[in-house]
Amino acid sequence: MEEIGLLMQGFAVALQPDNILLMLLGVSLGVLIGVLPGLGGANGIAILLPLTFAMPPVSAIIMLSCIYWGALFGGAITSILFNIPGEPWSVATTFDGYPMAQQGRAGEALTAAFTASFVGAFIAVVLLTFLAPLVAGFALQFGPPQFFAVMFLSFACFIGLGRGSPLKTLAAMMLGFLLAAVGMDTVTGQLRMTFGSTEMIRGFDFLVAVIGLFGISEILSSIEDGLSFKGQKAKIDLKVVLRTWAEMPRHWAIALRSAAIGCWMGITPAGATPASFMSYGIARRTSRHGDEFGTGRIEGVIAPETAAHAAGTSALLPMLALGVPGSPTAAVLLGGLIMWGLQPGPMLFVEQKEFVWGLIASMYLGNVVGLLVVLVAVPWFAAILRVPFSIIAALILVVCAIGAFTVSNAEFDIVLMLAFGVVGYVLKKLDYPLAPLVLALVLGDRTEEAFRQSLLVSQGDLGIFFSTWLGGSIMAAGIALAAWPLLGWLWSLLRPAAGRERPKPA
Amino acid sequence: MTSNTFSRRTALFGFPALVAASPAALAQRAWEPTRPVQFIVPAGTGGGADQMARVIQGIVSKHSLMRQPLVVVNKAGGAGAEGFLEAKGARANPHMLVITLSNLFTTPLATGVPFNWRDLTPVKMLALDEFVLWVNAASPWKTVKEFADAARAGRLKIGGTGSRQEDQIITAALTKATDAQFTYVPFRGGGEVAVQLVGQHVDATVNNPIEAVTHWRSGTLRPLCVFDGKRLSGTEKMTATESWSDIPTCREAGLDVEYLMLRGIFMAPGVTPQQVAFFAGLLDKVRETPDWAELMQQGAFNTTALDGEPFREWLTREETRHKTLMQEAGFLAQPQ
Repeated sequence: MEEIGLLMQGFAVALQPDNILLMLLGVSLGVLIGVLPGLGGANGIAILLPLTFAMPPVSAIIMLSCIYWGALFGGAITSILFNIPGEPWSVATTFDGYPMAQQGRAGEALTAAFTASFVGAFIAVVLLTFLAPLVAGFALQFGPPQFFAVMFLSFACFIGLGRGSPLKTLAAMMLGFLLAAVGMDTVTGQLRMTFGSTEMIRGFDFLVAVIGLFGISEILSSIEDGLSFKGQKAKIDLKVVLRTWAEMPRHWAIALRSAAIGCWMGITPAGATPASFMSYGIARRTSRHGDEFGTGRIEGVIAPETAAHAAGTSALLPMLALGVPGSPTAAVLLGGLIMWGLQPGPMLFVEQKEFVWGLIASMYLGNVVGLLVVLVAVPWFAAILRVPFSIIAALILVVCAIGAFTVSNAEFDIVLMLAFGVVGYVLKKLDYPLAPLVLALVLGDRTEEAFRQSLLVSQGDLGIFFSTWLGGSIMAAGIALAAWPLLGWLWSLLRPAAGRERPKPA
Repeated sequence: MTSNTFSRRTALFGFPALVAASPAALAQRAWEPTRPVQFIVPAGTGGGADQMARVIQGIVSKHSLMRQPLVVVNKAGGAGAEGFLEAKGARANPHMLVITLSNLFTTPLATGVPFNWRDLTPVKMLALDEFVLWVNAASPWKTVKEFADAARAGRLKIGGTGSRQEDQIITAALTKATDAQFTYVPFRGGGEVAVQLVGQHVDATVNNPIEAVTHWRSGTLRPLCVFDGKRLSGTEKMTATESWSDIPTCREAGLDVEYLMLRGIFMAPGVTPQQVAFFAGLLDKVRETPDWAELMQQGAFNTTALDGEPFREWLTREETRHKTLMQEAGFLAQPQ
């Protein structure tokens, strides 16, 4: 096994004292960056990149990639505690993580999230270590039609999942598509629905919308409920970590499946955000307690977190092996590689063995370090919930505003965030689900782009989506998933008695 | 105490002489930034312009070329329109730089966004980025002629970055020069485009050298010609047999298409000549560093640099050329 030997050499590089220090520093910075919504891993790394100009490349990438791991870990914290996703890929974590926190199980939710992240990353790194060349070949199979198939599957996982009216789910999803269409249309190079406004040129950034829809609307709801945090009374100590760990092995199947989804989406490269949504959707679909998802099931935290971290980690593979970034953060790291005089791509694995294996070794170590750092901090994070709401609400509002501003350094985004807050509040009151809206907003433009690119290639022939075994089978799976609730509905129509007896989804 | 007061007074008395001298000295001394300088990139993170901006930022801080920090900010919205409009609106603000690519010309022409390069103050052309015609190494086309013949025989797909931007303009020029029809498929970034070609989802690309070099070296892509008037300068062997300078120009190969992309620095409108001079000087220092030389060599850039009047003339000429090219291809924005 040549890989093992190379990996050991990599460990020797990564375990040098100054590299370990950089790892700790990177992870801690990353957690902070992940906690602040808006200041995502991509921004954080972009800001710190020039500082690493004078370091040896291995040390520099170790520190920067540890910031990335830290941000992946940190994104879960605010999602669970305040229903504000710190990063786009932790939106799905709020669905069950926040209800858990409200029930006084914040410590449990955080531990589950962090551990699941670690497991996801670990599986992805093992894959990276042994299958890198093979996996890079797989990524090459994805052209526009296959990419669209993957996106279609993501949406299909969500159709019919919404509790309550399927029509409301559809309406929310369409609103998301509408919002996603604003701004530059990549395929024709034209501006759409900007109505001559300069501020609209940017389009609606997903993060700004999410901070408003989830964070601000949550504050509004809390104010309505009488200015208090539920879950304040939670008893929190380090033992909660052990208790949660004792429970987690039961969910190994979910973790494994989510990790597989994550690795696949990271390599494609679709990224961590669709991975987390898809994995949540599938976990809910396959669970015997599917109806209880959204009310604080621990599986609802494990599934998206495992997938997000697996995707975040494996997204580095196409960047290293092909020079295509699998995520925005990987895109910034890619710029870093070029600055340090390393040309990412197939030749990197041949010519810069020390660098590549040092980086891979640091992924193992960085994730262990990250897990330790965040687990030790669980009681402190959870203790934030004991601060009186009147104080913390103001702080959250400020953090949200800073977050919305940071996304693209625009004051207008703060106004947008507030507007989305009101929209989110109203939608919640009217019982429209927010998740499909968010999903459509984040994936809408990429999906549309892939669809139109495919039709350009095929000169308008829809058959192109089924012309390869890969794209065809993914599409078939997507159609099956999308039709599932429809079949169930038809079944209940055909057998009205059985239909009436069925427990109404809460 | 007394002696202390006394000495301070002498110092104070001695001072007026210095103070009297200083206004003149100040006027003579060149202007210098007094606040952090915002460096706007009208493109996303990770692209060519972004990389160059971040290398400049790194060089400035590594060699301590400026007292104030340089802060890179991405304003990619609307194919860069967001960044350009922001700079246009920051009249007389000397603490703002913009790095440009071809979207300086193409974005306003294609979208009708109210902006023109004359709305900014040109500082310096840093380099020109090259374009190369690439095909998959597994394809049968070894020369431009074979490629053009195949294109005339059946519609080929060319992948590129963005729509109605440089890659599609070159494709339109290729259509005209070869008399063949191409299907242009737009993608988001140059790296993605190169990989689509490696995966044979498109038939050819016009990637910048830096975007495709690694695939060339690993033997999956093949360069056919370079869209410049003269051959690239790199004579180092990049593959077993070829160096950059072995790639023929498209004109040599019988394809009359030439295109280079501006990598230049601009300031906000209404800044003073001293302020422009400061940044022109700063960029000269950046260009002298070994780090810069390394970037130029890696990306096989055309290292032509211009400033002042010749730069303005170059810009005027290129603007007209883009207008003609885009008009012929039907890429101009429809009046609304």
